[in-house]
Amino acid sequence: MNIQADLLTLLPELILAIGAMAALLIGAVRGDKSTNFLSILMVLLMIAAGYFVLMAPDAGAFHGAFIVDGFSRFAKLVVLSSAALCVLMAQRFFEEEGRVRFELPVLIGLSTLGMMLMVSAANFVSLYLGLELQSLALYVLAAFNRDSQRSVEAGLKYFVLGALSSGMLLYGISLIYGFTGTTEFAGVAQVIKASGVGIGLIFGLVFLIAGLAFKLSAVPFHMWAPDVYEGAPTPIVAFFTTAAKVAAFAMFIRAIIIPFPDALHQWRQIIEFVSVLSMGLGAFAAIGQTNIKRLMAYSSIGHMGYALLGLAAGTVMGVQGMLFYLAFYAVTNIGVFVCIQAMRRDGEAVETISDLAGLARSRPRMAFALAALMLSLAGLPPLAGIFAKIYVFLAAVEAHLYVLAGLGFLASCVGAYYYLRIVKVMYFDEPAKPFDREMGRGMGTILALSTAFTVLFVFIPGPLIAAALTAAQALFR
Amino acid sequence: MLTAIAFYVFSAILIAAAFMVVAARNPVHSVLFLIMAFFNAAALFVLLGAEFLAMILVVVYVGAVAVLFLFVVMMLDVDFAKLKSGAQQYVLAGLAVGGLLALELIFVVAYHWNITPHALQAAAAATPVGVSNTVALGRILYTDYVYYFEVAGLVLLVAMIGAIVLTLRARPGVRRQSVWRQVSRTPENSMDLVDVKPGQGDKA
Repeated sequence: MNIQADLLTLLPELILAIGAMAALLIGAVRGDKSTNFLSILMVLLMIAAGYFVLMAPDAGAFHGAFIVDGFSRFAKLVVLSSAALCVLMAQRFFEEEGRVRFELPVLIGLSTLGMMLMVSAANFVSLYLGLELQSLALYVLAAFNRDSQRSVEAGLKYFVLGALSSGMLLYGISLIYGFTGTTEFAGVAQVIKASGVGIGLIFGLVFLIAGLAFKLSAVPFHMWAPDVYEGAPTPIVAFFTTAAKVAAFAMFIRAIIIPFPDALHQWRQIIEFVSVLSMGLGAFAAIGQTNIKRLMAYSSIGHMGYALLGLAAGTVMGVQGMLFYLAFYAVTNIGVFVCIQAMRRDGEAVETISDLAGLARSRPRMAFALAALMLSLAGLPPLAGIFAKIYVFLAAVEAHLYVLAGLGFLASCVGAYYYLRIVKVMYFDEPAKPFDREMGRGMGTILALSTAFTVLFVFIPGPLIAAALTAAQALFR
Repeated sequence: MLTAIAFYVFSAILIAAAFMVVAARNPVHSVLFLIMAFFNAAALFVLLGAEFLAMILVVVYVGAVAVLFLFVVMMLDVDFAKLKSGAQQYVLAGLAVGGLLALELIFVVAYHWNITPHALQAAAAATPVGVSNTVALGRILYTDYVYYFEVAGLVLLVAMIGAIVLTLRARPGVRRQSVWRQVSRTPENSMDLVDVKPGQGDKA
């Protein structure tokens, strides 16, 4: 093993790790007044890490614990860019709340580091370590508003259920290790190819998928999501639904596709089941919600179901569709949460859907952006969302999963209702009292970028779809 | 021969100490017996040639966990006699569960437990000749497994940051020692020299 080559492969992660520790030191010495500086520092570090992610050649490091390929590159870039935007959102949010603390950018940075390690993990041990690094920071971030009972409740619920899911995941991993004698993805695949899938291995696979589905908040492991999303601070929820979901999904794909290609029939059943339930629950349970953060939680559950359609197909096209779906979902959600964060009235954050009433008259631009994003999430042409859905549905049809694709189509029709309701409230209801002030130039730019992606994607779809294809092909070599 | 004697002595003390943990009336005695049990278990590991595990057992369990227990027992005002008072009525259920576990253990040992050959190969990575297992572990922990080791370190760092973020509160009105201010005090800014005339008193 050449340690220098290994460290060079790990360069983007090292930048983030050492940078986060340096930021921690600066914060400890200079106190909370340095938070603004540290947030900017963290964004710069993420940009630097992103640059090196883009430049690094394919390689493996540390005896196959860590792997860099097209797939990890794509996922890491999505994770890093949404994390950087969340840092900016969080800085703005906590400044408005008057609770700025310097640990915030540090924790987001360390969590992002965990996500990058998860995405690159090619071994169940490194997968678990990356996952824990990410989750532990997320639990703390959920409870970051420690004087708010709801925030602490969110953090505690997330922690307890997260620990439970880690237990299931580890149990699955230990069974897989016990029945194959290795924790490496490629090694597991070899053993399965040589000796077939035993009943013990299937048990391990089921527990593994259950543990991972927990992190995705896919039904039936979704119970935590609405409560946590409602209670946690808004920019942190944006972080949960974008960077964390993308990383967990990318890890999920790699941990299923690489070790278990010859157990396709065994895991496909589970994924189909989880996918259908997620799409259904996401569509029906969101209808009755009045709190917009809870609504976004159910929307997130539903979208995870659509993305899982691609995994159920188990083909290059399926994975390509999923990656594209995740990128679309991350960009759209960032925009939506910028809008939710701007919902402040009399110095307090407000979160019910009726607070948006008549937004088209008081804040026409924000209303237009939010409407475009909601319609895109609903999957209305010609916005970006429809292309994402078409890709996963086509992949499912190509893999002869007709029933699954049909159910997905029905669920997305039902789901369109609650997205349209928000548009209706904004444009046709009697105006409520206007929000305190404009969202500010920085947040406005993020929202504009997110909306521009959604609206203009139809004109230049090529680059992103091609990038997703390259990334997906890296897994099937 | 000597090993066998040592094994039986340590095992006997271990079982006796473990029994006394449950049976002792005074909770402080219970914890002390627990420490004794840990020490004897560590001695058994040494007999097996696993001195690294023995050290870990002493450092982690005796050093940290047992001391923590002792703190809890002595600092918190828990009436252990009251807690234990209802224990008699659970004897039957306890015996049933214990018997079931013992039965399972017998089944596991009596029937041939199938282990895949791959797992056996992985387990067969023997200690290199000429070094103790602590050295052998140290060699791979900081080379082959340095990645896992460092990431685990980061996880612990996050845990520490999290604990501080969620619990540390700056209390207002606390008078802290500022070494800088103490050292930078000079006679000029801390003393007034007043020339008092006799018979007139201090008018300042």
